[in-house]
Amino acid sequence: MKKTVFFGALTAAGLAAGMASAATLDDVKAKGFLQCGVTTGLVGFAAPDANGEWTGFDVGVCRAVAAAIFGDPTAVKFTPTTGKTRFTALASGEVDMLARNTTWTFSRDVDLKFEFNGVNYYDGQGFMIPKNLGVTSAKELDGATVCIQTGTTTELNLADFFRKNNISYEPVPIETNAEGNQQYLAGACDAYTTDASGLASTRATFENPQDHVILPEIISKEPLGPLVRHGDHEWGDVVRWTLNALIAAEELGVTSANVDELAKGTNNPEVNRLLGTEGNLGEMLGLSGDWAVNAIKAGGNYGELFETHIGENTPIGLARGLNAQWTDGGLLYSPPFR
Amino acid sequence: MSAITDPPPKSFRLSMLVNDTRYRSYTFQFIALVLLIMLVSYLGANLVQNLADQGQNISYGFLGEPAGYDINQRPIPYENQDTHMRAAFVGVLNTLIVAFLGCLTATIIGVFAGVARLSQNWIVRKLMAIYVEAFRNVPVLIWILIIYTVMTAAMPAPNAFRGDTPAASMVLDAVAFTNRGVYVPAPIWGEGSMIVVLVFLASIAGAIYYRRYATKLLYDTGRLLPMGWPSLAILFVPTLLIFFILGQPISLDYPVLKGFNFGGGLHIRGSLIALWFALAVYTGAFIAENVRAGIQAVSHGQTEAAASLGLRPSRIMNLVVLPQALRVIIPPVISQYLNLTKNSSLAIAVGYMDVTGTLGGITLNQTGRAIETILLLMLFYLAISLAISGVMNAYNNAIKLKER
Ligand SMILES: N[C@@H](CCC(=O)N[C@@H](CS)C(=O)NCC(=O)O)C(=O)O
Repeated sequence: MKKTVFFGALTAAGLAAGMASAATLDDVKAKGFLQCGVTTGLVGFAAPDANGEWTGFDVGVCRAVAAAIFGDPTAVKFTPTTGKTRFTALASGEVDMLARNTTWTFSRDVDLKFEFNGVNYYDGQGFMIPKNLGVTSAKELDGATVCIQTGTTTELNLADFFRKNNISYEPVPIETNAEGNQQYLAGACDAYTTDASGLASTRATFENPQDHVILPEIISKEPLGPLVRHGDHEWGDVVRWTLNALIAAEELGVTSANVDELAKGTNNPEVNRLLGTEGNLGEMLGLSGDWAVNAIKAGGNYGELFETHIGENTPIGLARGLNAQWTDGGLLYSPPFR
Repeated sequence: MSAITDPPPKSFRLSMLVNDTRYRSYTFQFIALVLLIMLVSYLGANLVQNLADQGQNISYGFLGEPAGYDINQRPIPYENQDTHMRAAFVGVLNTLIVAFLGCLTATIIGVFAGVARLSQNWIVRKLMAIYVEAFRNVPVLIWILIIYTVMTAAMPAPNAFRGDTPAASMVLDAVAFTNRGVYVPAPIWGEGSMIVVLVFLASIAGAIYYRRYATKLLYDTGRLLPMGWPSLAILFVPTLLIFFILGQPISLDYPVLKGFNFGGGLHIRGSLIALWFALAVYTGAFIAENVRAGIQAVSHGQTEAAASLGLRPSRIMNLVVLPQALRVIIPPVISQYLNLTKNSSLAIAVGYMDVTGTLGGITLNQTGRAIETILLLMLFYLAISLAISGVMNAYNNAIKLKER
């Protein structure tokens, strides 16, 4: 068994190197579909719905990229990955991109050799705890048993947080969010910690969400975004600018409802450049002129994606907060389309 | 008398490498070896080249860097600022702990079940058959998960022990069964406790000596000394005496509810229990079959001969059957021990931090050094397997039939 792992690693490394220089965009076009790595299931971000179709905020990014390339948001194959398997899946070429609650960090970017293509959710790590324990601050968690997903940044933040505050805890390492859920609800751990968005999404699936509180402390910065392998900049650009197109569309008032109308031409040159009626931005990316129109039509602009999947009118109920447009006091700021 | 002259040594010709049976096998083995070396070096060079293309290399420098993560079960002091190396070592110790406990328990279960499978009693025989078949034929990972899930779902959480009318209570005020594991009292080694331990060790030596002496006396003179109660007395009486004379230097630290969890005492985590018992009952089923086969391999004539000498059934088993059966049993049991140790790498399924969980799990993931860590892991499992089979083979040599 160990041998298999070894040769698996050998081939993975070999493949990774082979793929890194190859043009992913050409490969994807030749395959006819995009292969996107997502979570194993985090309602609102990426989870199969009742019909087995993957939906969610992260899934929306994958679909937008597929639509930008093929004009077809369903030309995606989703690969569920855990916190541990996601990077091997991407490095080995099993997936073309990851859109999976993944924090942009220095070492992942520089040492693990990945390329982050922007941020689709500004997050931070929080704690969830049953209300009846009467805890109001994470600093009161001395001696608590904490469920933590292994292979994540949150695992390291957790160690730092308790060390900094000079309190002790007992980590219970788990593989997937579903497993964490089960342990937490069975009372095998007192608290569950991960990205605050993940906590909100997890809590929304509980039978009695009101029995659980998310503590006010946010102990880290977790900018979550899509990523690709390092070294193929053309492919990185496609993903980066598709995400930017969704963000810029919201800023410019382009929605899935009016995009067809606006694509006939407007008197706003930036909208025209984005939607391909002026200039040749799509061609520069190696895509068709209406790439952004298709991406926006796939699931709506950034704001629409947010509202349908995780916004305040969904069970997950996240406020825009840091994820509002810069014009509304948030951090979303797409570079100009010119 | 004509002298017999040796035939003149035929000069060596190259074609003999293939045609001459004396050399042919060497030739082919040599070719195979060269091909193998070429294949391995091709794979190795390919790997290094591809890593270099990616801007990566093979380096073990990460082992000296701070690990940054915490481990719940720490046989040696460890904190998150310690190195990856130390984290790996903690994992190694955890692997050894569960492997040792598992092998020991599996042997006890296996011997018991194997002997009971040959029992005269129909119910006992069938029950053991069911045990063996049920556990041998379900993957061990499933057993690990079943035991773990039952533990977390069925046992009370620590805060069920709280309040005036708690929903759960400790057994004998000393042991708490919770969904996070079992808390038992831990010994506190006070001043003078070393003396008690030394006396106990000496008692063990004494008991062994007594049994040797009794056996020798039996063989030399035919006089049978009682074995059971004198050994027990030698084992415990002096230790207990010295314990009380020194004023009870060893006391117990009882677990008590403290904050979110129990504090004090010894915490045997649910993950360890699940892994340990699953491995033990699973491997025990295989060992039971080995034991049964070994016993059945001893010809029935031996039993009948012993019975006709007037030996009681328990003596027949202990003095005649088992010593011969062991020779058949030991070799397959060695491979069961190896299997158990390797199967312990399933630990991550329940979050037990063995070496696959620390070095091959978190360290691999946080540093991205997949090849380096997997190589180290292979080396570790290889070393531990060779060590186990070395020890067991030595034991096997000691008990096997001495042929002259
Ligand atoms: N942002 C962190 C944590 C990411 C993470 O593992 N998130 C969890 C919950 S927010 C998740 O996606 N779980 C889904 C799964 O188990 O597949 C990181 O990048 O390391």
